[in-house]
Amino acid sequence: MSFAVEVRDLTVRYGRTTAVDSVSFDLQPGVIYGLLGRNGTGKTSLLSTIAAFQRASAGTLRVGGEDPYENARIMASTCLIREGGDFLDEKTKDVLRYAAAVRPAWDAELAARLVDLFELPLDKKPTQLSRGKRSALGVVVGLASRAPLTMFDEAYLGLDAPSRYAFYDALLEDYAEHPRTIVLSSHLIEEVERLFERVIILDAGRVLVDEEAETLRSRGTTVTGPAAAVDEFTAPWRVVARKALGPTVQAIVVDALPADARTNAAAAGLELGSVPLQDLFVHLTSPQGTS
Amino acid sequence: MFDGREPIYLQIAEQIREQVVSGTLGEDEQVMSTTQYATTFRINPATAQKAFAELVEEGVLYKRRGLGMFVAPGARERLLEGRRASFFAEVVDPVAAQARVLGIPLADVIARLEQRSADDGAPRRPTTPTNPTAPTNPQEETR
Repeated sequence: MSFAVEVRDLTVRYGRTTAVDSVSFDLQPGVIYGLLGRNGTGKTSLLSTIAAFQRASAGTLRVGGEDPYENARIMASTCLIREGGDFLDEKTKDVLRYAAAVRPAWDAELAARLVDLFELPLDKKPTQLSRGKRSALGVVVGLASRAPLTMFDEAYLGLDAPSRYAFYDALLEDYAEHPRTIVLSSHLIEEVERLFERVIILDAGRVLVDEEAETLRSRGTTVTGPAAAVDEFTAPWRVVARKALGPTVQAIVVDALPADARTNAAAAGLELGSVPLQDLFVHLTSPQGTS
Repeated sequence: MFDGREPIYLQIAEQIREQVVSGTLGEDEQVMSTTQYATTFRINPATAQKAFAELVEEGVLYKRRGLGMFVAPGARERLLEGRRASFFAEVVDPVAAQARVLGIPLADVIARLEQRSADDGAPRRPTTPTNPTAPTNPQEETR
């Protein structure tokens, strides 16, 4: 089962600070989303509100068609793993037992497999675990809950590279067999971008981008060639960066180029290339990129 | 794998075409599932699906309900035909352009191709200039 999420004019304020500023978007059921944004752009506030850890200051929110706040059925089927884990101060095995009791779709066999995979010590409390093992515990709970809405908020950043890859593999394998709505927020964009089907980028509490990952990627193009030709070709488009290497110039365009652009570029002696999602993200969210 | 600049789904599609052309994937043979693609290459299953959709449209693959994707009969021949059609524009013309930039006479390029062709034991056409429209096989005249 997968939950759809409907967010309309959602605002989250802390005193006079607005963390989430009237955002609207939908999460389609069964899709893996990447939630990207620089530090302090409202990702954690947004996810915590969707998971009903806190109440929205304004706007409406529907998870699986219902308001999730103090809604036991929706909350049991929504799993948000935050960095640090929000775990009980109990031994790992008891943390898992508790999760099994409150998560209707809990898969004990998967949990056991993941505990082995990440070599989690069952007799230690989360506070006694290293940062990496604590992250791993979050991953185990997040995946084995098999919640129709599963969100990982930087939850796996504490893992070392081999463990992160093990997490991506376990996530994809289980998702393929049990599709559900998944949101991954991460700063390690290069590493996770291929996992996303759609991407939402937050900037200053607002939605800057909400589109298919492939479409977003196609919005970035590098144009390389003689300076005059590059400038003439890129004139109608939004250029976020321009680098001169002797007589050669490389410009980064962040508009989807029409189909005939490739032919025109070749005729003008220009070379077109794609821009990695992480670079695109940097250009879109850097102060000069947003102006 | 899949590190190029092109979208991953295009790379997957090209890789499958390549396997069909080379015969690694035979007609009516099953292609890896989206799940296998996702877990093997650490990509979203929808990305693999997009590649399959493109290949179905091209007639390279067909879907068997509940079973998966299979190579369409005649797919290899169709792909080869397409490649033959674009061979001169996509392969030969760039060679000629590059030879011109490097100052290599076309005669040297042709000599090299004929040498390779002879080494491979491929049938050689007469090296004397011929009228390409004139029949080289006398039997064809009677058809």
